[in-house]
Amino acid sequence: MQTTTPIFKTNHVERETKLHAVAMEVPIVDIQNLNVSARKTQILKNINIIIPKNSITVLLGPSGCGKTTLLKCLNRLTDLYSDLHLTGSIKIDGDDILNTKIDITHIRQKMGLLLQKPYPLPMSIYENIAYGLRLKGIRKRSVISEKVEKHLKEVALWDEVKDRLKSSAQKLSIGQQQRLCLARGLAVEPEIILADEPTSALDPISSRVIEEEFLKLRNDYTIIHVTHILRQARRLADYVVFMYYGEIVEYGPADEIFETPKPDILKEYMKVGH
Amino acid sequence: MVLSRRLVDNLSSKWMLSCLIFCLLLPLAIGTGLVLKSFPLFTNHPLGSLIFSSNWSPSDGQFGFWPFILGSLWVTIIAIIICIPLCLLAAIYLTQFAPGWMLKFMRPVIDILAGIPSVVYGVWGLLVIVPFVGDKLAPYFGVDSLGYSILAGGLVLAVMSIPYILNMLLEVFRQIPVELGEASLSLGATKWETIKHVFLRKGSSGIISAYGLGFSKALGETMAVLMVVGNVVQIPQSVFDAGYTLPALIANNYGEMMSIPSYDSALMFGALLLFVIILLINVIFRYIIYKSELI
Amino acid sequence: MTLRRKLEEKIFRVLSALFTLIVVLVLVHIIWSIVEKGMSSLSWQMISQEPKGGFYFGKEGGILNAIAGSFYLAVAATVLAFVISLPVALFMNIYLIKYQRLLISIRFFLDVLWGVPSIVYGAFGFTLMMYFGLRNSLGAATLTVAAMIAPIMIRAMDEVLKTIPIGLQEAAYALGSTKTETAYKVFFREALPGFATAILLAFGRGIGDAASVLFTAGYTDYIPRSFGEPTATLPLAIFFQLGSPIEEVQNRAYAAAIVLTFIVLCISVAARLLYRLRKN
Repeated sequence: MQTTTPIFKTNHVERETKLHAVAMEVPIVDIQNLNVSARKTQILKNINIIIPKNSITVLLGPSGCGKTTLLKCLNRLTDLYSDLHLTGSIKIDGDDILNTKIDITHIRQKMGLLLQKPYPLPMSIYENIAYGLRLKGIRKRSVISEKVEKHLKEVALWDEVKDRLKSSAQKLSIGQQQRLCLARGLAVEPEIILADEPTSALDPISSRVIEEEFLKLRNDYTIIHVTHILRQARRLADYVVFMYYGEIVEYGPADEIFETPKPDILKEYMKVGH
Repeated sequence: MVLSRRLVDNLSSKWMLSCLIFCLLLPLAIGTGLVLKSFPLFTNHPLGSLIFSSNWSPSDGQFGFWPFILGSLWVTIIAIIICIPLCLLAAIYLTQFAPGWMLKFMRPVIDILAGIPSVVYGVWGLLVIVPFVGDKLAPYFGVDSLGYSILAGGLVLAVMSIPYILNMLLEVFRQIPVELGEASLSLGATKWETIKHVFLRKGSSGIISAYGLGFSKALGETMAVLMVVGNVVQIPQSVFDAGYTLPALIANNYGEMMSIPSYDSALMFGALLLFVIILLINVIFRYIIYKSELI
Repeated sequence: MTLRRKLEEKIFRVLSALFTLIVVLVLVHIIWSIVEKGMSSLSWQMISQEPKGGFYFGKEGGILNAIAGSFYLAVAATVLAFVISLPVALFMNIYLIKYQRLLISIRFFLDVLWGVPSIVYGAFGFTLMMYFGLRNSLGAATLTVAAMIAPIMIRAMDEVLKTIPIGLQEAAYALGSTKTETAYKVFFREALPGFATAILLAFGRGIGDAASVLFTAGYTDYIPRSFGEPTATLPLAIFFQLGSPIEEVQNRAYAAAIVLTFIVLCISVAARLLYRLRKN
């Protein structure tokens, strides 16, 4: 087994205490010794984090540091890439999803996914939300209609689209599409929302709407948000995971980390700022 | 020096432009040439009877193309019906389920299949498909058949169309963004549900075009079909009957067409018919592809 | 997940794998059945000699006339098509680069042209031949095949040229090159490896096609010495020999099919190797 030497050493004791501080909350995701490699290159090295329930955890770091891969490990979208090799364990609600007999589609339904660009399914606005509901086995039209309305309202899209629910989702503006994607994810009633730079393709106003939405959703959901934008991290984060070259460099409650950044690379990152 | 460089530039630009114009005029020339050649036929045969009459006896001056049109359609439709599930599922397997090396392995295989000359497909059809239809399939259905039949033509044509259609379908699936699949999977869909509800819908115009273009390609295919279809002028009653296709008619009779009056005009009219139909199909489906690429 | 969903997933996984397997098996079967049938008749004599007296009754001789004829025809048609295609492809990507709409229309048009079946080209070539009072000959066949493969070649070259960044063009102009110099000195050199693939593709199409030369090439037992003479081609040799009632002659057709398949296979593999070389 190849051992990896961390490039940036954090004080071990300090980190342990932080882990404990975070663990005081109710954990929903518990990642232990996660390693991901593709052929010969290691993409993620020894990832150990606990993500507490009903909070926003921001995965922060420069592009290409493995944030997105980590996010995709959480609902095993990594299965789509046959050359990715995962070891370690990811426990979600206590089930280790990497070594489980539980059906992967159930695990994925616990998590809503929001990608960098909105990818509305090639169907109507209504069907976009009904799709996930039907997959859950809901057949009754009245129930589906009710939920479509509820979740469109939840993302403040209902008033804009209620007259054209049957028209193609691809005709919406990018900002509306992204909100629709959020509603689509919420409709399957997940516990966790995985967001991979969800505002990077949006105009400032739509971004603001999404961010405000997240702050509201925090009460009912756990949000794991990937970004490389420092200011956004500051606005949203309860907890911050700072990653660099596939490793976790710093990790803990947001105010603590932003007040007194410890590792040099994080200081550097904050100085250059965005 | 400067002058000569300019002169070269000038001359060569004109040469390039004229080559382009030449290429663009080519189909026009083909169309005009065929129309002019088949013109004598129109003077005493109305277009409607040429197409819809099934009376074909060149020596009496009777030219009804209906048996050939029908034969061509039968053969082509059989081929496409076979290709629809075969190519679609193979493309789905290769792009969605199979490990990456499989697609890498299959690309040259498909290329090779596409490159095999149609005469060779015809030879294979004679060796394998004709006996198979005549000795196995026809008795199974309780029909008498020599094997040289519409079905044999359709089967050979299907095999020939596989690489052509499969290649286009692979391209359609390749262009669907991975993230769309991720979005569907994360809503709890299985892979197949994602393909069925999302990918097939997303790629629908590309898929339809692939089959449309495959259809037009199959319609114009000559040698392989000619070798197995039986070449009997008749309206086929079943797939085990022998038939005759439009391209086969043209190819088979070029030798004697100068000896019977109007025969050459009739054959050129056949070519014109083929040209116009295929051009139309191509324009329609290429346009669908072009439109879907814009979105 | 309900059993039905699980079952559906399984069924389609298996089914799609099965259908892929069928495609592979068909290819293997085509090659295997032709090799099996023709191998016994394949001999050195067959590919090194012209037909002798009584060849068509199963006596001495070979199909060198057809092999050579096919090569002459394919080479001549490829060269001719190249001479026309190269300026067109370059013109499209250098002169017309600023008229994107026009460019799209031209590409659309060429793609449509690609779909025209070879028998139509054959018929057209025949019409033209009659009009000019030519007889069946290597020359007439060359013209027909060249017209058929030109759209393929242009589009293949165009795809290569399309990938050249516009910056290269700008750099060439900045150094004071004329458009022609940019085209032939910069673009041509840059795209040459890609062109090789395009040429091989067109060559393969030219050597294997029968329907287009059926009317125009004629058939002869001799290797043509000039463009004015008729020529035999390999696909037609297969086709005609298959029509014979004599078994030896038929077997030779199978052997000739092996030769043709082998040539086309080589071209296909070479094109792929070149493509890979270019990518690296």
